Amino acid sequence: MGHPYIPNSDPEIRKRMLAAVGAASVEEFYADIPDAIRLHRPLDLPAPLRSEAELVRHMDRLLSRNKPAELSFLGAGCYQHHLPAVVEEIANRSEFLTAYAGEPYEDHGRFQALWEYQSLMGELLELDVVNVPTYDGFQAAGTALRMAGRVTGRRRLLVVGPVDPDKVSKIVDFVRPDHDVEVLDGTHDGWQVADLVVGADVAAVYIEAPNYHGVLDAALPTLAERAHAVGALFVVGCNPISLGAVASPASYGADIVCGDIQPLGIPMSFGGGNAGFIATRDEERLVREFPSRLFGVVPTVVEGEYGFGDVFYDRTSFALREEGKEWVGTASALNGIMAGVYLALMGPRGMREIGETILALTAYARERLAAVPSVTVPNASSVSFADFVVRFTGSRTAAEINTLLLERGIQGGKVLSDTDALFCVTEVHAREDVDRLAAVLEEIAK
Amino acid sequence: MSASSPRTPVPVEDARIAPKPGLRRFHQARWDEPLIFELTSPGERGVGVPVTDLPVPALPAGLARAEAPRLPEMSQPHVLRHYMRLSQETLGVDLNVDVGQGTCTMKYSPKVNDSFVRDPRIASLHPLQDEGTVQGVLEILYRLEGLLKEISGMDRVSLQPASGSSAIYANVSMIRAYHASRGEGELRDEIITTQFSHPTNAAAPKTAGYRVITLMPDADGYPDIEALRAAVGPRTAALLITNPEDTGIFNPRIEEFVRLVHEVGGLCCYDQANANGILGITRARDAGFDLCHFNLHKTFSTPHMCGGPAAGASAVTSALEPFLPRPTIEFDGSRYYVDDDRPESIGKIRPFYGVVSNLVRAYAWIMALGAQGLRDVAETSVLNNNYLISKVLEIKGVSLPYARGRRRVEQARYSWEKLNADTGIHSEQIGYRVADFGTHYWTSHHPYLVPEPMTLEPTESYSQADLDEYARILAEVAREAYEEPETVRTAPHNGPIHSMRDASLEDPGTWAVTWRAYRRKLA
Repeated sequence: MGHPYIPNSDPEIRKRMLAAVGAASVEEFYADIPDAIRLHRPLDLPAPLRSEAELVRHMDRLLSRNKPAELSFLGAGCYQHHLPAVVEEIANRSEFLTAYAGEPYEDHGRFQALWEYQSLMGELLELDVVNVPTYDGFQAAGTALRMAGRVTGRRRLLVVGPVDPDKVSKIVDFVRPDHDVEVLDGTHDGWQVADLVVGADVAAVYIEAPNYHGVLDAALPTLAERAHAVGALFVVGCNPISLGAVASPASYGADIVCGDIQPLGIPMSFGGGNAGFIATRDEERLVREFPSRLFGVVPTVVEGEYGFGDVFYDRTSFALREEGKEWVGTASALNGIMAGVYLALMGPRGMREIGETILALTAYARERLAAVPSVTVPNASSVSFADFVVRFTGSRTAAEINTLLLERGIQGGKVLSDTDALFCVTEVHAREDVDRLAAVLEEIAK
Repeated sequence: MSASSPRTPVPVEDARIAPKPGLRRFHQARWDEPLIFELTSPGERGVGVPVTDLPVPALPAGLARAEAPRLPEMSQPHVLRHYMRLSQETLGVDLNVDVGQGTCTMKYSPKVNDSFVRDPRIASLHPLQDEGTVQGVLEILYRLEGLLKEISGMDRVSLQPASGSSAIYANVSMIRAYHASRGEGELRDEIITTQFSHPTNAAAPKTAGYRVITLMPDADGYPDIEALRAAVGPRTAALLITNPEDTGIFNPRIEEFVRLVHEVGGLCCYDQANANGILGITRARDAGFDLCHFNLHKTFSTPHMCGGPAAGASAVTSALEPFLPRPTIEFDGSRYYVDDDRPESIGKIRPFYGVVSNLVRAYAWIMALGAQGLRDVAETSVLNNNYLISKVLEIKGVSLPYARGRRRVEQARYSWEKLNADTGIHSEQIGYRVADFGTHYWTSHHPYLVPEPMTLEPTESYSQADLDEYARILAEVAREAYEEPETVRTAPHNGPIHSMRDASLEDPGTWAVTWRAYRRKLA
């Protein structure tokens, strides 16, 4: 009997097909594979779960050992947000879920949805060029910096921290052939972004708004001026869900803006939901450096009808192999469509409200936790968005505090050191959730 | 008709349903849908947001948004309807006999696997949750690595790469780290690949700073072994090669290729994008490779999602294990845990652990098939391909260049050179017309080494009737090319839109990547 996924796996059907092609057995098709490299035994795999019921039972047993947190204060690059039902409905549409690389004709809807994603992000970012999503925010930062390097022809990159050390790891690995990366992080030595001097050999200054610790640095516009004064590009990583309330990086001088769209309606999926964006002004010297696909809108032969196609295709590795910019391939398109639906649902008011709600709740959480004995909140004079650092000054380490929180039904923040943890609040939290966290910390932070 | 009216007998032929014609009278949805910005209706909104009476802190100078983003204002049903229409104007695999998207392994993605990743016990997990609360997903990742180790023969597998290309880059990074660890990092600055390997096998090493040497096919379409002999040397870092290549031709001298590269101290890295026809038949390790990668969205069935998220898996021998992306997932006999303490690692390729939703799907797919099922996948995809070849080669104007008389593995690259010479119709135009019958068609990657190329890959998901239908569509379009070429030249006719006037896409003065750009330049 055949397998349900494989129509022609039934032995009788197979015989008929073999006869039709004049082959005695499938072995004929493998004649070019030398015997020495043939696997002369079955693969050693678990017995198959051929019925759907057995498969579901097996998976359910595994999934039952996962416990989504009832109340979590984790962020640090992957964010809990409310996922509107319409976003999920569209993401689950079989046509979008299973389409791939069709032409702009039979896949017109895919092209339009992705062009609209680019456009909706463009409004949010106040920039005219946005790519079809790349893998994730890490890749977006790495590519944005190499784009800046190609534009300026310079080697040195300044990465102004705090930046997630994992992201720095990715950036360093990715830019290594062309660039030296200098990470400047004043978190521990009191050094300020406003003190930074940018040398004339610098290709790009990279900074985040908000940064890894959630801080919106007041010196961002000043840093843009310093970068531009020496002909360096100003590259800003940002959290797009902040931009209804927080200024777009382009408005204070960013040349390339990048980040992760996971906050825009995409489930966390244990870190599987990340997807990256890169945006610039509409200048040929910048556009020519994108490795990603960029869709553009064009008329058709019918009045009032339009279609979509690749802009400036002859910069991609699809067109030029190793002579293209970096490479292009399957990346994160469906996440782009989801983010587009999210932005369309939210509209200008929704984006402003969610930005303000998160700003207000973050400020409240910092203030409330700072009032707990043996807890301090660094960066007290700055404004933070979603993420913020909490410092435990008692005898218990941040990891120990997290264990005690978990025993009380709360998932604490990401542990940064013995004393520090990165907590996060978003619109899914209510003021009462913060109060509950504070009350438990009053009990355990000693 | 009232009960009392006299009955006139209906002739049987008026009630009988005629058989379907051989070709589908297809017409795709054509909604003539406006751009989303044209649907704005000020005052409407699509979703409510929690608001708070807590004070909003004042932002530093220049960091408060001055002007609201010019997003459309739309009610919820209007947003839904717009995107529903766009989805109907998209031809997903679930709707069509998708054998025309060669190299992409378009197969059935089982629906039950989607249910696992929509489950909040996957979808709602934060990657940094306490390990004790995520033992199930860590076990899935650990077990998936084990399955792929057996399927490839390799010693360790990283599931972190986001795609096939991302996995190729991770492999190149590991190759660099390996040579650097032996003091040969500077010396070995060349990577060799082949013309019929995916473009990323050339582009990723170049991005990583390597000089790329591309081997062209010999007269029979096999990668030229004499060219390899001439290319290898002390500067060789690695060979990156696909087998079978995008022509569907298996390189029978692959062991010799591997040996020549190993003899000069280079590594061999196997792009297994085309593994669908050789699962359980031959493995990367058995052919002597040091690294390989799989595209889980191709061979292992995770849906293609309009172009990702995908998932890649980089597999290595123990000699390269220290350089794997961090973290790895480990098991101590009682619990699963994340090992981020890997000092020689190339570092992070992607945030956290990979595209976990697709890793879960791939795991479930392998578990539903087992060893015999994977072998059935391979053998059926190869059988389907050779069956389709026999059908396609009956069509006027098409040929199968290279390796004459040899069988192909899981796909085939054909040429319409003769049809083009006879009619002036190009392969791309055939593709636009094929879509009028409700399916896809693809030429090949650039450059077109095979003239007027067409690449077909009928995976295990299609039946004999499906393949016959696809062949009939090609035969009909070829007939049209000869007898009524204008029909082909002006295609598509039955799709969501008509021929585009797309010259503006290459001109910085007219290209419009966003609605903002369109408004500024063209409105």
